[in-house]
Amino acid sequence: MTAEALAISSEGLTKRFGGQLAVDHIDLAVPRGAVYGFLGPNGSGKTTTIRMLLGLAYPTSGTAQLLGVPMPEGTVSVLSRVGSLVEGPAFYAYLSGWDNLARYDAADRSASSKSAAARIGQALERVGLTAAARKRYRNYSLGMKQRLAIAVGLLRPRELIILDEPTNGLDPQGTREVRALVRQIAADGITVFVSSHLLAEVEQVCSHVGVMRGGKLVFQGSLPELRHTGAARITVVTADVAVAAKVFGKLGLADPSQGEDTITAEIGDAEPEVICAELVHAGVGVRGLSVESPSLEDLFVGLTGEGFDVDH
Amino acid sequence: MSTISQAEVPAGATGGRESVAYVRGNLRFFLNELRLVFFRRRNQLLLLVVVLFPLLIGIGLKLAAPASHGGEGGGGGPASGGAAFFNQLAGNGVFLTFIALSLLLILVLPVVISVISGDSVAGEAGYGTLRYLLTVPAGRTRLLAVKYLAIVVWAVTATVIVSAVALIVGVILFPVGPVTLLSGTTVSLGTGLVRVLLVTLYVCAAMAALGAIGLAVSTFTEHAIGAIAAVMILVVASEVVDQIPQFATVAPYLPTHWWNSFDSLLRMPVDTTTLWHGLLSFGVYAAVFCAIAWARFTSGDVTS
Repeated sequence: MTAEALAISSEGLTKRFGGQLAVDHIDLAVPRGAVYGFLGPNGSGKTTTIRMLLGLAYPTSGTAQLLGVPMPEGTVSVLSRVGSLVEGPAFYAYLSGWDNLARYDAADRSASSKSAAARIGQALERVGLTAAARKRYRNYSLGMKQRLAIAVGLLRPRELIILDEPTNGLDPQGTREVRALVRQIAADGITVFVSSHLLAEVEQVCSHVGVMRGGKLVFQGSLPELRHTGAARITVVTADVAVAAKVFGKLGLADPSQGEDTITAEIGDAEPEVICAELVHAGVGVRGLSVESPSLEDLFVGLTGEGFDVDH
Repeated sequence: MSTISQAEVPAGATGGRESVAYVRGNLRFFLNELRLVFFRRRNQLLLLVVVLFPLLIGIGLKLAAPASHGGEGGGGGPASGGAAFFNQLAGNGVFLTFIALSLLLILVLPVVISVISGDSVAGEAGYGTLRYLLTVPAGRTRLLAVKYLAIVVWAVTATVIVSAVALIVGVILFPVGPVTLLSGTTVSLGTGLVRVLLVTLYVCAAMAALGAIGLAVSTFTEHAIGAIAAVMILVVASEVVDQIPQFATVAPYLPTHWWNSFDSLLRMPVDTTTLWHGLLSFGVYAAVFCAIAWARFTSGDVTS
């Protein structure tokens, strides 16, 4: 894929804090128009990576490009086309939601002051905070704070939105709201890069995923590609396990394992119908037959190892 | 998907229209920063303190005036600047401005400047708003410039308030007329008021330089209170060292050494050498610490 077709790319991007490698030579490739889930346990280097992508932190080595523009050199020129939410919402507690957005809008040197009110109004409407626009930020609920943070990203027409843990600390209702918002943004053709330690969040909205573990990018690709990395297995329930094992052997199914009345193996390219027919032909009484792909959760645990925080 | 038009990108401000938009954009950010500083309750309370001090000093001196009246002025060795003003006050209310400025320069004005300047970058970092401002993107150098300009406006405002309130209180409580300067020369009230203005501007310059120190300290931490305290400790340490005769050789290089030198403006002829030394000191301090702030802020990672 050429650099122009990528919304985010990096080559050997590395960040070292003291003696510790927080981000270790990662090569990101986020296609334009994708919803890219950036997964990994807490402390795997996701936020540090995002900080480098946004020019907040400087890489120890390696390069990164946002929309084809090298970072951090292009920070000022490219970031007006990129909306972002980094590490949770941060606003002035004593200002209203509107005034908070006006503050960030005023800081944007490329934004015209004439259309400021219209921009702020639209951004608030998009995240459903119009009614709370004049309320002080300190009186906002957590979900409202999160949505206001997303509204900052929506102040200008963007080509790329980077959301770092957008549902962190939200209740299921808030999580659903944010997920709906991400879908809506993506439907407008905007590339979305969303980091999360929650598998479910990513699975439901993303087209592509990158998985971080200990500062390394251990997987990157589309969701179907990720599914393919895990081999589907066939499970047969029968009293004649020994005979079934012979059939499996004849068919060349890999990694068979027998239980008391079940036998499983990797199905590979074989058709389940064919396997069933062969079993019946061999006189195996088939009580049950199923084909299962490993859940994404299993794949993630496999990629990220123990301690991956998938449950909450 | 919509993309922003090229006209909105300030590509080196090539055309006239673009440079107008560039200036307007910067002005909007600056005005927003001023709004943030001046509309914040805490800061408004600080300004209230700045209003109250000259008022209380004026009332206090008025109440004490009969007792001190007719005291032997000028006796007892070289009187400090403050003491010299006190003797003049009974004769002319204009002197309350000089008294108020020299008293508030000891602690109150430095505190008021330290709070805003120490908070400037560290406060944003502590709130986490700094990372949002930078990804908006505000531009690091631009943000720092806006911060420092706002600090200067704040310093000027606080100083002018002290002068103005002291002048009004002085005029109300004490006699007003031709001004007798510290050197004994009497000038017209108009000339006296011009001197008040010049003294005020001199103190503004001193406080603006202190603001640069606060800005620089502020870029090194995300704890606003720490930055504010550090600047205050620096001011007090400088004032203490300035008082110790053994350190006389370093005294002229201290940040606070020239603050009270505005009494040169209250003599005839004006000792311009001292004034220029003072202004040079403020200029160097402002330039050096703005450079430190810039070097630190544009090269460091934002981790808050």
